[in-house]
Amino acid sequence: MAAPLALVLVVAVTVRAALFRSSLAEFISERVEVVSPLSSWKRVVEGLSLLDLGVSPYSGAVFHETPLIIYLFHFLIDYAELVFMITDALTAIALYFAIQDFNKVVFKKQKLLLELDQYAPDVAELIRTPMEMRYIPLKVAMFYLLNPYTILSCVAKSTCAINNTLIAFFILATMKGSAFLSAIFLALATYQSLYPLTLFVPGLLYLLQRQYIPVKVKSKAFWIFSWEYAMMYVGSLVVVVCLSFFLLSSWDFIPAVYGFMEHPIFFMFIQIAIIAIFKSYPTVGDVALYMAFFPVWNHLYRFLRNIFVLACIIIICSLLFPVLWHLWIYAGSANSNFFYAITLTFNIGQILLISDYFYAFLRREYYLTHGLYLTTKDGTEAMLVLK
Amino acid sequence: MGLLSDPVRRRALARLVLRLNAPLCVLSYVAGIAWFLALAFPPLTQRTYMSENAMGSTMVEEHFAGGDRARSLARDFAAHRRKSGALPVAWLERTMRSVGLEVYTQSFSRKLPFPDETHERYMVSGINVYGILRAPRAASTESLVLTVPCGPDSTNSQAVGLMLALAAHFRGQIYWAKDIIFLVTEHDLLGTEAWLEAYHDVNVTGMQSSPLQGRAGAIQAAVALELSSDVVTSLDVAVEGLNGQLPNLDLLNLFQTFCQKGGLLCTLQGKLQPQDWTSIDGPLQSVQTLLLMVLQQASGRPHGAHGLFLRYRVEALTLRGINSFRQYKYDLVAVGKALEGMFRKLNHLLERLHQSFFFYLLPALSRFVSIGLYMPAAGFLLLVLGLKALELWMQLHEAGVGPEEAGGTSGSSPPYPPTQGVGLASLVAPLLVSQAMGLALYVLPVLGQHVAAQHFPVAEAEAVVLTLLAIYAAGLALPHNTHRVVSTQAPDRGWMALKLVALIYLALQLACITLTNFSLGFLLAASMVPAAAVTKPSGPRPLYAALLVLTSPAASLLGSLFLWRELQEAPLSLAEGWQLFLAALAQGVLEHHTYGALLFPLLALGLYPCWLLFWNVLFWK
Repeated sequence: MAAPLALVLVVAVTVRAALFRSSLAEFISERVEVVSPLSSWKRVVEGLSLLDLGVSPYSGAVFHETPLIIYLFHFLIDYAELVFMITDALTAIALYFAIQDFNKVVFKKQKLLLELDQYAPDVAELIRTPMEMRYIPLKVAMFYLLNPYTILSCVAKSTCAINNTLIAFFILATMKGSAFLSAIFLALATYQSLYPLTLFVPGLLYLLQRQYIPVKVKSKAFWIFSWEYAMMYVGSLVVVVCLSFFLLSSWDFIPAVYGFMEHPIFFMFIQIAIIAIFKSYPTVGDVALYMAFFPVWNHLYRFLRNIFVLACIIIICSLLFPVLWHLWIYAGSANSNFFYAITLTFNIGQILLISDYFYAFLRREYYLTHGLYLTTKDGTEAMLVLK
Repeated sequence: MGLLSDPVRRRALARLVLRLNAPLCVLSYVAGIAWFLALAFPPLTQRTYMSENAMGSTMVEEHFAGGDRARSLARDFAAHRRKSGALPVAWLERTMRSVGLEVYTQSFSRKLPFPDETHERYMVSGINVYGILRAPRAASTESLVLTVPCGPDSTNSQAVGLMLALAAHFRGQIYWAKDIIFLVTEHDLLGTEAWLEAYHDVNVTGMQSSPLQGRAGAIQAAVALELSSDVVTSLDVAVEGLNGQLPNLDLLNLFQTFCQKGGLLCTLQGKLQPQDWTSIDGPLQSVQTLLLMVLQQASGRPHGAHGLFLRYRVEALTLRGINSFRQYKYDLVAVGKALEGMFRKLNHLLERLHQSFFFYLLPALSRFVSIGLYMPAAGFLLLVLGLKALELWMQLHEAGVGPEEAGGTSGSSPPYPPTQGVGLASLVAPLLVSQAMGLALYVLPVLGQHVAAQHFPVAEAEAVVLTLLAIYAAGLALPHNTHRVVSTQAPDRGWMALKLVALIYLALQLACITLTNFSLGFLLAASMVPAAAVTKPSGPRPLYAALLVLTSPAASLLGSLFLWRELQEAPLSLAEGWQLFLAALAQGVLEHHTYGALLFPLLALGLYPCWLLFWNVLFWK
């Protein structure tokens, strides 16, 4: 197994090196699909140069990376391309071994159920054999390394790749059954961007399953193990956060990395709206909740730019919902595509509305600190552009 | 950055919309009308084709030879009917039983909202008779219907005779997989509606009917037959149903296939389809056919008993025998064979007809225009409303010098407070008053018919129609009164805000109407959009007033009646046209109450209040 994996790694590194040397590297690192303000390499360089000048990298609200990342790249800035290629390779190797272990577990469980006669008698062709599962880890590594998305992210030097590596190692540690390492890697991943927090529960469940501890409220072993795991996780997180504090001797990184500390209610409003837009079975009741907040942000009305078009979109879609439902279900003339198109348009309207409010909010904050009537150096009217 | 967020591009876009607004609107409107007219010409039309696999590849041989029997039964039926004055129920039951069907009857009665000219009384009651031919070896889960509506004016006896002869022939065959219901209804469509409601166990129109004793499974397709002569020169087909719903195009294709197979002439709207498409005659005739179909579909009337079946997702057609001046005539055997072929093919269906189009327009019998090609016409018309609304919004907010680009306009007051002030409070009054007038137009005529009949020397039907017209005209007198209710804060902007709301309201209604009934939406858009777009208080007021009155819903109805008769080559004089208009108003109200047709409520509760808002804008002081 090592040889094919090594071959895939060599091919992947070659592709990346070729792209790094080509002229496409600049173009790719500007693309909005590949880098976001949270993961852009340009901002990492900016933060590093601010640090070299002795200024806190978080002043200016441009830099959103964690202090550990700053220090990592402080020492490795010259080898940045190599670092990213190595992180991709590490992710692939971690996934390879993790999936190898996973396949072993799956096969063992299947064997146990077969011996216990838990399967129906005629399902011979559904049983998985070691032969067919043999190449799956290699395929996983290949899928990750040769995926154009991964290659683009690597060439753009997006720090998202580092987050991926941490999550991959978390998966490997969980598969191997080491609760301690799993907690550390999950803490590091959560520290960089908050969302891996949601992986805590699946990780815990797998570790419990591996040790055959039943998930029951009365079981003592369950509570003991869960408590241990949670403590390790929280402990690692605290350690990492405090370490960051000592690295930069300030808590500035918390608002920059995790954002919107001064305006938690606005943040909450945006989060509720995002939940309403992206949940699996949204209804108008979800929309009604965040729409109730609109009078609170009345003062932002003058900065909203597309409120007319968006209000029209939302009203028209609301009226067309029952019409197209009638056409689909009762008249039998239309089909689900008609209704689905209106659902999509409604969601687009909501997304544009939320981003409009976001923009208006930021704009007003800017005006409050920098004055309402902006002029450039030569006295002409200044224009505010969101980048 | 995106188009909507980059300020430079936004300002350019705003300037474009404001400066080029009038030319863009005119261009869009003309494009819409031109697109619609171009629908009749070859590149935009397609030949029809059979989409349902189950109906395409099988060959059937028709063996129907009961022409004499059909004729004698028809004579018997006509004689019995003349004797009894109503449907000869006992004779029908006896004959159907002798043919071998399971016979059931259903009695129904309906209190009409007002007595119209055909019924002359409030209470209409009748009896439907139907016989079920059970499929020999199937489980009675699906059925087909052959219905003959018999009204007091049209005797339709040859259709009854043919139906009974066909039933006798079908009874002898073993290949039926679905039950066949042979239905004879009294009072035309009222009886059909009663039967359908009882069959599907619903009560949408307030009919009182006895429950059905015998049922036959889900109806897959239905054919309504109207024949009044022993020989026909052609078979005419009617497709437009209630509220503009159309049957699946495959059913029409099926009819056409069997007419061609038997050499029977088939016509649409009484005319053969044009043979040559190279000269100008062919396309001109197709334009005429298209316009006629659009007018008929827009009226929302069920043009035959089939129109009522469509609401229950049963694909149905009405076939009418036409006896005109042509040399070659077909007897009942030919018609019977065509029907036999159609029913045999429908027998092959594995699932409901769903493969072919549900939304289409017919420039000719074997050509159609699908929804993807005709919808842009309506889109262009509604774009005019959108452009006008956008222009008004920008004018209200002076987007070129908006509050966010707060550079050199520190002198002028920001437009935000006055718009907000004039925004909601002063708009509520005209909206409420217009909507109240619409409600009065909907409710009062039928409610107040007795009061009106007492005080004026008119019959109830006339009272309803005249009350309708009176309330409609009274609405025109309103605008001079609503201003006292309206607050006079920033009067100059008041009419702009009202017009903006009215434009959006109109666009919303037209969009919803166009999706369900394209013809109605298109016709209303074509007539109301220009007047709505140009109306403003300044400028030549009498001209705008005349334009607005000429394009109001009632005037559009009057105009379309004249156009309809013109297209049918039976033009009307003014007096006849007015009589027809009054009759159409009465029919509209009656059909809304008896079948649930939506034209009357849409016009009264939706478009008339919207039009009144524009009238308000025109007379804004």
